[in-house]
Amino acid sequence: MDKVQTKILNCIMCPMGCELTATMEDGVVTSVKGNSCPRGEKYAKDELTNPMRMLTSTVRIEGAALHLLPVVSKSTLPKGKILECAEALREIKAKAPVKVGDVIAPNILGLGVDIVASRDMAAV
Amino acid sequence: MKTKADVVIIGGGITGTATLSWLSRYDLSCVLIEREPDIAMGTTKANSAVLHAGFDAPTGSMKAKMNVRGNTLYHEIADEYGLDIKWTGSLVCAEDADGEATLSELLARGEANGVPSLSIISGDAAREKEPNLSDKITAALHAPTAGICWPFGMAIAFAESAVVNGAEIERECEATGIKIEGGKVAAVETTKGTIETKFVIDAAGVCADTVAKMAGDDSFSIAPRKGEYILFDKTAQGSMVSSVVFPVPTKTSKGILVCATTHGNTFIGPNAQETDDRSNLSTTPQGMDEIIAGAKKLVPNLPLGASITEFAGLRAASSTGDFILGESSVTEGLILAAGIQSPGLTSAPAIAEMLTEIIVSKTGAKKKTEYKKFIPAGKKFNEMSDDERAAMIKNDPRHGRIICRCETVTEGEIVDAIHRPCGATTVDGVKRRTRAGMGRCQGGFCGPRVIEILSRELKKPIPEIRKDGIDSYMYYDKKYGDGGDK
Amino acid sequence: MNKIYDIIIIGGGPGGLSAAKSAAENGAKHILVLERDREVGGILQQCVHNGFGLHHFKEELTGPGYAQKCYDLVKDMDEVEISVDTMVLNIENKSDDKKIVTCVSPRNGLQKIEGRTVILTMGCRERTRGAIRIPGYRPAGVYTAGAAQRMVNMEGYLPGHKIVILGSGDIGLIMARRMSLEGCKVEAVLEICPFSNGLTRNIVQCLNDYDIPLYLSHTIVGIKGRDRVEGITVSNVDDSMRPIAGTEFDIECDTVLLSVGLIPENELSRELGVAIHPRTNGPVVDQHRETSIDGVFAAGNVVHVHDLVDFVSDEAEIAGKFAAIKATGNAKKATLDINVNAGDGINTCVPQHIRLTSGEDESVRLFMRAKSPQRKVTLHIKDGDGEVMKKPLAIVKPSEMIAVDIPAAKVKNIKSDITVSIEGAK
Repeated sequence: MDKVQTKILNCIMCPMGCELTATMEDGVVTSVKGNSCPRGEKYAKDELTNPMRMLTSTVRIEGAALHLLPVVSKSTLPKGKILECAEALREIKAKAPVKVGDVIAPNILGLGVDIVASRDMAAV
Repeated sequence: MKTKADVVIIGGGITGTATLSWLSRYDLSCVLIEREPDIAMGTTKANSAVLHAGFDAPTGSMKAKMNVRGNTLYHEIADEYGLDIKWTGSLVCAEDADGEATLSELLARGEANGVPSLSIISGDAAREKEPNLSDKITAALHAPTAGICWPFGMAIAFAESAVVNGAEIERECEATGIKIEGGKVAAVETTKGTIETKFVIDAAGVCADTVAKMAGDDSFSIAPRKGEYILFDKTAQGSMVSSVVFPVPTKTSKGILVCATTHGNTFIGPNAQETDDRSNLSTTPQGMDEIIAGAKKLVPNLPLGASITEFAGLRAASSTGDFILGESSVTEGLILAAGIQSPGLTSAPAIAEMLTEIIVSKTGAKKKTEYKKFIPAGKKFNEMSDDERAAMIKNDPRHGRIICRCETVTEGEIVDAIHRPCGATTVDGVKRRTRAGMGRCQGGFCGPRVIEILSRELKKPIPEIRKDGIDSYMYYDKKYGDGGDK
Repeated sequence: MNKIYDIIIIGGGPGGLSAAKSAAENGAKHILVLERDREVGGILQQCVHNGFGLHHFKEELTGPGYAQKCYDLVKDMDEVEISVDTMVLNIENKSDDKKIVTCVSPRNGLQKIEGRTVILTMGCRERTRGAIRIPGYRPAGVYTAGAAQRMVNMEGYLPGHKIVILGSGDIGLIMARRMSLEGCKVEAVLEICPFSNGLTRNIVQCLNDYDIPLYLSHTIVGIKGRDRVEGITVSNVDDSMRPIAGTEFDIECDTVLLSVGLIPENELSRELGVAIHPRTNGPVVDQHRETSIDGVFAAGNVVHVHDLVDFVSDEAEIAGKFAAIKATGNAKKATLDINVNAGDGINTCVPQHIRLTSGEDESVRLFMRAKSPQRKVTLHIKDGDGEVMKKPLAIVKPSEMIAVDIPAAKVKNIKSDITVSIEGAK
């Protein structure tokens, strides 16, 4: 692998969608060009070194009017772990009643992030 | 399924179902087999839905006779069967001297065929009837006895009336062979077993030649001709037409028409394309362009932004150019109803009447002493007054839940359509019976809900619910881990 | 039984709920929300992804989370009554302060309910295959993205396993990620325009994250498969969006999801006789979201399709407030009616007119959509006498609604029709 790499990415911090050109040396972002504001530089650095994503999905639920309960990660998860986390949620079955914010899958995959209910769901 | 019957009808289109209904008045055991999951899924579901007056076909042809008689019969039976028919009349529009000469020919032919009340009117008189017609139209042939209809509804009513009177309809049952003994029909072999019978009625539409060949008759062939259509939203009606408007016909077809439907929609089409593939129901960009260009000659300002769906149908054109009706000259007991293209829909009751007479004369069957009068599905919720609606919901609260918002179809109506004789088993089957999903959102809203109701009422899991055809499964189970039951 | 409501709200999505809350806060005592589904929240209940609420609630929420907030704000209000599983069939305008709403439900049968005012918040529906005339067969496996989203996120079924999405608007992009998370393979997203109609954030996080190719200036020219989708034929399109012969290629798939636009749901409005704007396909409204019929208000996607639910709530709160003022007999009479015209570079602008009263003291927010994407432009608002105000905008995109406030001080000086336009950088 080359020691110096150039990466092109689209900033998502605002609707401007600046095209950023970042230079990386040994896995460290050394320069960011094309950004219109400092948020662009921070975005490029985070995205290239440690990209994080929120996860939203559904889990099955018993005893409610609906079959599925929508859930969301309490905070962001490493991008590379998102599919694995979604897979893990297929194992889970919640039980009504549930309140918005209730922890449905604590500390998912040991990543230190809880998966919580995104809405109330009454028991029927 | 029965293993023995007096008559087996192959094909559940308008011809097969009408014939079954006519036969069910007699003391005969009848089975209709249909290879698809529902009746009315071939030519019957994709055509112009016009009840023709009868001036097109050559005088003396089967088409002419059956058309005029069929038209008369529909006028008589519409109420009994609760058929959706509007006698709107039709116009054939000419825009030059050649065209006007053709109108005169059509008028003379129509009169010779026995079509009542034909007249040629001026372009202005035509525009008085249909204000959106092109200024270029100079004259039109007006046929007041023509009408528009709801073809699936008619086939379903025929089928239901027959089932109530003891006939059997076996769907997803394909004929695989016909057993002949001593030059006579002995049995029909199907994917669901063999039915012994002396009479087979071949009403197999685009496959009528294949079925005839099974019984040793290869005296004719069918060359399917595809026609494409564009259907428009009800909101477009003001800029379209309220009846049936044809151009001057060509040798092969009545041309691309602009036409109203019985529920306030309008459509344009069809074109005419030969195809070798008997299941080719694809629409094409060229076809769309062709029918748009054709229809613009009649109605120049087409509301193209209001199209809600496109579809194609196959005409079962025969090698003789005419309907082939009656007993095969090769095989005794093989009764043909082949080459049923336009005006087949109009002719269906006349064909049913004729084929029934043949069967009756050959079997000596007597009319049933207790023929059950058919009770049609009844007025749609959509067409009711508020008082009628209130009463209907009081009677069954499921009518208080509207499933299809575009066409105002209730849960109760959908449940009823599933449980009626020869009821719906697919999403499109529900659509053809209730209009749920026929509207401008094309099932975007009601689709998932209809699937859920089908699943519940048929006691089948959702992945087993189909859209229309045999393998048209719609949704799949999600895969869950061990923690789950699904 | 003979109760007369101050306000009857048609539709219990975020628009209806936000209107109800605001109406109650502004003096309406009897508010009825009619919802056809089994619960309120509307389409948000199936939008399980996040990204909602940053403007309106100042926190990032999922769709169901946003719906929950809207519901929580009204559920204990004595003024607000909610009737679910209830479909409105008809609205009649008896007089300026008497509207009769006919609705049905399994529980209550057919009812005729009287209101002094009505707020239309029916939302929008999806454009279908037929509306855009995709040629080919008509097999199972072609769904609008929203119908599929409901099946996946609420009913628990998959529409298929190898998926192509037509349309790169946000719904299409969100569904691409959703299907990927469900273990399906998304083969491609196709977009007939030369640019995506979705947020950059969604392109990055819904497509790039899952290595899903986006084909710009491409569309479907054929669907294969008689009973179930077996594949599609794709073609490049020219500048006028016509397929270019010879550029066709096939993609094998079992499912096609359509995300090809939304249409305001105005069947009831049309029957009622409300004037509909030809561009927005929604009611023509003034700055209070009052339609062409006195006492009939409208807000949210039924007026014009929004990209952010936050603005739906904002707009519905305006409608709720002024419906409450009207219903309680406190509305001021307008002295001047000014048209708001969409000028150069602007496709649509809501409200379409402003009704001014003497001593007008309210600012007016305009919601606009640009015709094409542009950077560094100036938005001009001019009346017959000249510039009312101007505002530089770093970027405009057709997919992102532009919201601009005309301050009260400037509103009261407007004397004639105004035109809103975009001018590019010099």
